[in-house]
Amino acid sequence: MKREIPLIITFSVGVLLILSVFIPPAEHWGETFSLFFDIIAVFAFFLGGGNLVRTHISKLSGRKAGWAYSIVTLAAFFLMLAAGLFKIANTGGIGASVTENGSLFQESFNYVMNPLGATMYALLAFFIASASYRAFRAKNREATILLVAAFIILLGRTPLGVLVTSWIPDSWDIFQIPNMAIWIMNSPNLAGQRAILIGIGLGVASMSLRVILGIERTYLGEDKA
Amino acid sequence: MIPHTPIIAILGIGTYLSLALLATGLIWLFVGSLKGKEVDRRVIFVFVLFAVAAPLIFPTTFKDHASDIVKKVFDKIDNLPKGSTVLISFDFDPSMAPEVQPMANVFTRHLFAKNHKVIFMSLWATGQALTNSTLDDVVRREFPDKKEGVDFANLGYKAGNQGVLNVIVTDFKKMFPNDSRNIPLDSMPLFTGINSCRDLDLILSVGGGFPGPKEWVLFVGDPANVPIGAGVAAVTAPIYYPYYPKQMLGLLGGIKGAAEYESEMQRVYPQFASMPTPALIMMGPQTLAHVVVMAFIIIGNVAFFVARRKKREGA
Repeated sequence: MKREIPLIITFSVGVLLILSVFIPPAEHWGETFSLFFDIIAVFAFFLGGGNLVRTHISKLSGRKAGWAYSIVTLAAFFLMLAAGLFKIANTGGIGASVTENGSLFQESFNYVMNPLGATMYALLAFFIASASYRAFRAKNREATILLVAAFIILLGRTPLGVLVTSWIPDSWDIFQIPNMAIWIMNSPNLAGQRAILIGIGLGVASMSLRVILGIERTYLGEDKA
Repeated sequence: MIPHTPIIAILGIGTYLSLALLATGLIWLFVGSLKGKEVDRRVIFVFVLFAVAAPLIFPTTFKDHASDIVKKVFDKIDNLPKGSTVLISFDFDPSMAPEVQPMANVFTRHLFAKNHKVIFMSLWATGQALTNSTLDDVVRREFPDKKEGVDFANLGYKAGNQGVLNVIVTDFKKMFPNDSRNIPLDSMPLFTGINSCRDLDLILSVGGGFPGPKEWVLFVGDPANVPIGAGVAAVTAPIYYPYYPKQMLGLLGGIKGAAEYESEMQRVYPQFASMPTPALIMMGPQTLAHVVVMAFIIIGNVAFFVARRKKREGA
């Protein structure tokens, strides 16, 4: 029964959701299941938070490598949790929006989370430059094509691309760098992306059928299908 | 196609000096590469830092032209009947914000300039706080007469990713009975006649991750036949091209897309000539950083081929 009950639930919900798409009177079933899903999704926060605390407390108690960072993580976690739950420094009181201006939650977000997140992302520029220098070598024909495409896109994404080829007459405007960049995005990139998307779509459909029909059972924690 | 009218770049002496310094350094490294010398990655980091910082210290002003894919979003907003209701979804986090928040801001400015009604919401937990930035920087500063609940509403964040979309496509109030201030949607004049996403005239998803524009297309745009426009981070822009132009009416890709939109705003609406243009300002660092990356690719290739030739000759 431990195995059969989850399989029956999966089969029933899967079939009902498929039917709700094709049978108009059953449309609201999908909506109701989505509401159930959203309620369950909220519990993921509890699980995620609990797991974060458990992992870092075990790291701290075991004095494992980098345990000092766990203190920062836990302190930040509990500070933000308290700021959000108790609406600390929130002028509107406990009933107001958690992101109200002036609240500890919003101020911490604006002045800590925001710059830190942007800084982490900005570091990409340095690594991309270093990686491009090392990896973009015209070693063979394929690598050369990739290199040329990268150059066109890099130039095409800046006003410099317009400036460099603005002398090319209108009748040959396809050879202006921004237009070449648009062509690369609209033709070769589009073709590749569509192929990937169709492949993913077919894969998702077949995997969903396997799960609904109980052929794929790894989500139950079994090793064998 | 993009018109090839020259861009206007206002350059100061500081800009010329920093460009000269950068060019000298790159030429010096290029000469080194002719001898087969590789460049230490710390040197690359210094050059990137300089390329990004110099245009910010010595600001360079650019004008850009909207490409077709960007102009379609602009034209759609511009041609909506007065008083249309548009939803903007803030589906991003602080790491993506420098690139996509200018898009959210300029969309909001454009929508209010055209007297449309705007519903703000977020599928990302971090989006609600970022919505506040747009409300402060654009709505409360530039359009103080716009009233919350009448001209705009901030629904905030709701967990559930595409599950949220699956519900609001048929009923807003089932998922969002109240706005982010806990005020019931039923009491807001804005929601008179707006029961679900089907009643919206346009949806703009700003982000680029999951959930984001793709989920809006799959779960709302296609089933409810509502036009979707998007603003996304440059690294994710290529994956959205398959949805353009039928399922996604237009797309702003990265800071360049935002800069094109800002330029179009200033061109069409002279009253916004002095509006904040963060994307246009960021085109300076982006342009110079791209040039530096290209220069290092060339230097790397020269060093590689010289070293290979030497190796062959040695063998």
